[in-house]
Amino acid sequence: MIRDHFRILTVDLATGKGRIVTIDGRDTEAGGSGLAALLFNKYGHADKPWDDPEQPLIFTVGPLTGYFPLMSKTVCGFKSPYHDQYGESHAGGRSALSLRFADLDGLVVTGKAERLSCLSIGSRHLELMDVHYMRGIDLQRSGKMLRKMIGGAGHRSIFRIGPAGENLSAYACITVDTYRHFGRLGGGAVMGSKNLKAIAIQGDGVFDLPEGKEYAELFEEVHKQLTTTDMMDKYHNLGTPVNVAVLNGIKALPIKNLQQTTDPNITGITGETFADDTLLRNTACAGCPVGCIHIGFVREKFMEPNHYLYRQVSYDHEPIFATGSMLGVTNAFSVLSIIDMVEKMGLDVMSAGVALAWATEALDKGIISKKETLVPLKFDDAEGYKEAMQHLGLGSNDFYRLLAQGTMKAAEQYGGEDFACVLGQEMGGYATGEVFFTSQALGFRHSHLDTGGYSFDQKHEEKNVEEAVKFLVDDEQGRVFLTSMVACLFARAVYNDELLADCLNSLGYTTLADNMDQVAQHIQKLRWRLRLATGFDPAAVKIPKRFTEITTWKGTIDKKYLNNLIKEYAKRILELGKEEKKEETKKAKKKANKGK
Amino acid sequence: MKTMKILTTPRMERCIGCHACSLACARLVNKRLSWDTAGIRIISSGGLSTGFESKPCLACNPAPCALACPTGAFSQRKGGGVIVKRKLCIRCGDCAPACPVDAIYLDATTEPFVCIHCGQCVPFCPHDCLEMTEVEVEPAAEKEAEEVAS
Repeated sequence: MIRDHFRILTVDLATGKGRIVTIDGRDTEAGGSGLAALLFNKYGHADKPWDDPEQPLIFTVGPLTGYFPLMSKTVCGFKSPYHDQYGESHAGGRSALSLRFADLDGLVVTGKAERLSCLSIGSRHLELMDVHYMRGIDLQRSGKMLRKMIGGAGHRSIFRIGPAGENLSAYACITVDTYRHFGRLGGGAVMGSKNLKAIAIQGDGVFDLPEGKEYAELFEEVHKQLTTTDMMDKYHNLGTPVNVAVLNGIKALPIKNLQQTTDPNITGITGETFADDTLLRNTACAGCPVGCIHIGFVREKFMEPNHYLYRQVSYDHEPIFATGSMLGVTNAFSVLSIIDMVEKMGLDVMSAGVALAWATEALDKGIISKKETLVPLKFDDAEGYKEAMQHLGLGSNDFYRLLAQGTMKAAEQYGGEDFACVLGQEMGGYATGEVFFTSQALGFRHSHLDTGGYSFDQKHEEKNVEEAVKFLVDDEQGRVFLTSMVACLFARAVYNDELLADCLNSLGYTTLADNMDQVAQHIQKLRWRLRLATGFDPAAVKIPKRFTEITTWKGTIDKKYLNNLIKEYAKRILELGKEEKKEETKKAKKKANKGK
Repeated sequence: MKTMKILTTPRMERCIGCHACSLACARLVNKRLSWDTAGIRIISSGGLSTGFESKPCLACNPAPCALACPTGAFSQRKGGGVIVKRKLCIRCGDCAPACPVDAIYLDATTEPFVCIHCGQCVPFCPHDCLEMTEVEVEPAAEKEAEEVAS
């Protein structure tokens, strides 16, 4: 368990056989993001397309996974169908602890199964099950079927895809344990291309702990910080939806395909409204006492006079922005009903919402017609959007099949590129300004979480390109170390460098603890090298016109500042991704291995 | 009349499934990292959408697991539950099927893990689902318990 190397399970779906592989690199690549990049370098093919059966689908955890609270995330690495480049997506649920307790630092799935299959693994078993009868079955129903088929309720994690993944949508997600997702960049399509409906991981291993009191005392200290101070209040109180009202108040909430950044009607979908009217309960990822997952409900009358059904739906800021404000839907229950359909289809909610927002405006402008949309899309028409989400997941016609490959791809064919809200992929829920737009458009995962660009926009009035880009580079470096541990980024205020070093030392990872900065720099560069090698050209990134047309609390967007930020950040990314001379790499590894 | 404390789970509706209790038991009582080697284990009752259940020892008195144990590794605890003496255990696994609520976990070597009602898990629950409850120990039961344990 605590080991100076990585223990990886590789599974070839074509044969249904696996292999345990031991790989060095604990003191240089650490785990999580670093390990995923290391494994893609070993098993991936930069020159082959994303859906080549030889391409790996990688899941990794880190040295602190399971040993400390909120070390509860898993990194998924793969060549993305969205841009055919290397990408990462992260998820929680029980995924991380299941991998840890299955005695694995990583899982690498290659090959393509002959029939639609479910891979079931644990610390003492591996089985590829034929589930061809689940083809086309939505995520909620397949979840119920899989839970009955696979034992170990509570101590397992089930990753699964819906129709969108089977139909190879470039933004199909991998749903984890019903309420969490490897959401972005189309991991679901990678599973679909491999004929892999689900992966079930049984966390049934038992491991020794470090001797002495140091570890247990440190655990208690961290647990207390997380549960008795106000550091995590935001997350378990209203949760991330607290952002909705805040962003609306400062004119930074994307509304109606970013035609607006504020709207008084937003009161219907604020975190406060969701909590007051829809919140059933909170739940948590395994190993996290915070409990940030907020579960609301939808209630549908399916027959007169009084026949109802209900379903539970998790909500966060991002799904609310994508299916609420972005689509002009300002009723909390309507938002939940759209999210519910997105969940059934297995789509990334952010991309799906933003894609339909573009389609709505394109329809309004006459660029496309009802022949394409099948539904008369109109802002605030929740029923129409529910239907359209189903078309998007099922790929009902050429238009929806193309839209499911990315909003910009559809805009390139039909027109309307100026108002496609795409920053590398469909935008996150922040219209805070130039630094965030730069951060997502060029960021490694094109995620709102790559850096705190949205926060920088809010804290800095001055327009200092050098300072902003330095922040983006440094912040990414800090975050990439956390995602190599693998921490939930909500815990970033708690896990400062000193505490991370203490945690690593308590488990005996002393070399890693002594070299955190160098390791973080190394992983940052490793990832960018991989991204560039698979085709990313940061200098070619363009920001659609719509982003420059908005007004925030700061006023209008400064195009010159935005262009300079993009130019400078692209330059820094190219520097970060420059191939290191072999001698330098050797030196870095030698330094990290010193004292091992 | 003497009293003893037993672990109870009166507010499981509040459970968020963080597993902090079982991980604490595994870590502090059994010195392991695991979901399973713990005296309290959390399961989802038919998928996460239906909430969580705990699998703790209900502190039976007399305890069927202690009666099933052929070597005295499990003996009756005053106030309910069992006293565990690991050195006496021969890994026969007879205790686990005797438990009516599946509260005993057998690892791959058939070593049993059960709640010893020490309460170390309680402070780790962020929603106050668990508590140590005082129960009275009948003098007769007290005497009987001593005999079983001897």
